[in-house]
Amino acid sequence: MSVVRSELASHRFAVGLTQSQLDRLAAIASSIELAAGTRLFDEGGQATSLWLIRTGQIALDLHVPGRDRLLVETLGPGDELGLSWLLPPARWQFGAVAQVRVSAFELSSAAVTTLCESDHELGYQLSRRFLSTAIGRLQAARIRILDLYAAPSHTAGSSA
Amino acid sequence: MNDCRYPVRYRISSRVEETHDTVTLTLEPAEDAIAAFRPGQFTMLYSFGVGEIPISVSGPPGQPLLTHTIRSVGAVSAALCAAQPGQVIGVRGPFGTSWDDADAAGRELLLVAGGIGLAPLRPALLSALAEPGRYRRIILLAGARSPAELVFAAEYDRWRESGAEVEITVDKADARWPGQVGVVTQLIGRAHLDPARTTALICGPEVMMRITARALTAAGLSGTSIWISLERNMQCGIAECGHCQLGPLLLCRDGPVVNFQVAEPLLMVREL
Repeated sequence: MSVVRSELASHRFAVGLTQSQLDRLAAIASSIELAAGTRLFDEGGQATSLWLIRTGQIALDLHVPGRDRLLVETLGPGDELGLSWLLPPARWQFGAVAQVRVSAFELSSAAVTTLCESDHELGYQLSRRFLSTAIGRLQAARIRILDLYAAPSHTAGSSA
Repeated sequence: MNDCRYPVRYRISSRVEETHDTVTLTLEPAEDAIAAFRPGQFTMLYSFGVGEIPISVSGPPGQPLLTHTIRSVGAVSAALCAAQPGQVIGVRGPFGTSWDDADAAGRELLLVAGGIGLAPLRPALLSALAEPGRYRRIILLAGARSPAELVFAAEYDRWRESGAEVEITVDKADARWPGQVGVVTQLIGRAHLDPARTTALICGPEVMMRITARALTAAGLSGTSIWISLERNMQCGIAECGHCQLGPLLLCRDGPVVNFQVAEPLLMVREL
């Protein structure tokens, strides 16, 4: 289903884009609905799309032979799904599955790349957003590594 | 009025195991009760013969019963966690500042909890839910290490039914977990906050509070609209011994609830 500018403008990813930039982005986006359990991609597959999640929840996961899938992270409304297409070899690092019913905007990575190459100002704006997503995920991963909620090994000066 | 320097005897009336290392104790006075507490305040709980530690009140205000949620991290907290109904412990307090100082009436009330940090926020949440219409929205964002380490998990649906928007995330879960996985700050962008009309109350590990407060200021909240709950080595509870000093603050009196604009520079001083 085609996307109109006003729909796209309400998404967090699009905040700050001009009306003409929104029009160009909307022209290459489609609105999709995914049933719970729908798998968008698997680890190792060719990364050819990105999604802007409107509602619902998508899990990033990893297959481990002989074990349940590992749940890496979940994404929700306002989040962008799909960064692996940005750089070669453009293969997915993780899998992605809709945990509940999801609505999203889907964009072809080839169309986004063409748009960025033909309009450097829009390309700059989109690149900043992809970078913001990547930095946010990196910082979140670092915080999770800290294991902040683990029981303290000791409490200085106290037998609490 | 009781003299806050001496413990008042309370009897444990119920004990609920929240997680493998955390219990919630409900206490009834065995003699004259301590003064009424305000959400965010703490008491000193005394396990006779073992020692005394500060624990925030986690139950609803305005009731004769006192509720505390305690994580076993040392000798005193382990003794309190092991205490059984009928056993008598000592209580001094209540002490310190309150979430009420945030004065969020008419605004969006955002509570951000990390781990057992949900316990000190629970009285503020229950108070807010008891006053429908006092706040434009009530939003709870809570993070935990894993689904098994979520506290008050049985209450989330009830809070939702009472009008709160409740979003829970964990650092790690297996594929059977239907909820969210990630750090609590990632929930902020999904909450559609109105930064100019939001008051945030944060409680959790100090690093988590710093990171969350920064994420909220990046989202447009002013430092004066953000309140955090700080803990140091509280001992006397009446600002005389000085053990809980944080710069110019004595946190047993000037905390635990502190405005982020006041707290932020103090949190960045390594020696404090």
